[in-house]
Amino acid sequence: MNNLEFTLLVASGSFMAGFLGALTGLGGGVVLVPLLTLVFQVDIRYAVGASLVSVIATSSGAAVAYLRDGFSNIRIGMFLEVATTVGALFGAFLAAKVSTAAIGVVFGLMLLYSGYTSTRTPVESPEDDHPDPLATRLGMNGVYPSLAGPKAYFVHRVPVGFGLMFGAGALSGLLGIGSGAVKVLAMDQAMGIPFKVSTTTSNFMIGVTAAASAGVYLSRGYIDPGLAMPVMLGVLAGSLAGARLLARTKTQRLRWVFAAVIATLGVEMLYGAFSGKI
Amino acid sequence: MFRTSDWTDQKIEVVIANLLRAGVTLAASIVLAGGLVFLVRHGFAVPHYRTFAGEPSDLRQWKGIARAAFALRGRGIIQLGLLVLIATPVARVAFSAFAFALEKDWFYVGVASFVLTVLLYSLVGTTL
Repeated sequence: MNNLEFTLLVASGSFMAGFLGALTGLGGGVVLVPLLTLVFQVDIRYAVGASLVSVIATSSGAAVAYLRDGFSNIRIGMFLEVATTVGALFGAFLAAKVSTAAIGVVFGLMLLYSGYTSTRTPVESPEDDHPDPLATRLGMNGVYPSLAGPKAYFVHRVPVGFGLMFGAGALSGLLGIGSGAVKVLAMDQAMGIPFKVSTTTSNFMIGVTAAASAGVYLSRGYIDPGLAMPVMLGVLAGSLAGARLLARTKTQRLRWVFAAVIATLGVEMLYGAFSGKI
Repeated sequence: MFRTSDWTDQKIEVVIANLLRAGVTLAASIVLAGGLVFLVRHGFAVPHYRTFAGEPSDLRQWKGIARAAFALRGRGIIQLGLLVLIATPVARVAFSAFAFALEKDWFYVGVASFVLTVLLYSLVGTTL
């Protein structure tokens, strides 16, 4: 296979990943690394580098639409980015210390977890109760647009959310993914932030988190231009197309199918790591 | 107790949205141009991504990438586009720090400055 054929095949695969990721809301980043390592036989370090770069592109591209809707909370995002960026640096340094098989195992588990969480329907956190003093001092409580007009919400358990965000950042730096699933877990489940606010704020944070480890990856030679080019352009085009189609499609069944694909890739990844192929 | 999105907050979000869109568009255009140069020149060569060798040192740091890009080498141009892409969220954080200063929210100026320092350390500190 020459460069031209390789570029076209990888770009098509990345387009599909970005397209399905945007359409189902699960993000395409998480299937990119298994696609590159298992199907295209790319070394996991190059795969992680290319994936990380494409995560920055899709996050920044999608943030444009979210910001206009007024759901994302800039203060919550900025405060938690302290945890995710430090975590991402830690993860990126860790990536050089551990074996590729260990990265494969963590990746496989992450895929299984993502597949599992994506089949659950979001449970709205209980109606606003009492304000949390720390969150109030940090100016995190906010208002979001709902069908019944602007709705106020309180933020809770900031330290727990902060700790989980460090973990999300470390996973992002180690695996080259956005780790949106962990970010939403931290904000939605731990901090009690409304689902729509936590998903959009999470997406907003992903680009900054990924940028923190991208510099380390670049200096270590993980980012190969010949590979990153079709991956980044493919995922970006795919996710823009998916977001455009989203308004006109019912995605529940597609979500299940994509979740099954993610879980299958998780098993394949674990098998590859334990059999010494990764 | 609540921060409603007043005029300044609204305006900040619009500026950030435009900043992100411009950064991603510029980066994607540069990467595409570099990709075309790369494929025209090396389209029929065989890629080796199966074994990890790491990039040559001139594609790992700022100066080398700039030199390779201005010499119109395809891989150098792509790498320059990727640098623009990585710099886009960094610019967003820098602008947020500035915007918080306009609102006189000094605590968040500090938070944004810390995040900016971490990003610059990763990007500049390790790739010089």
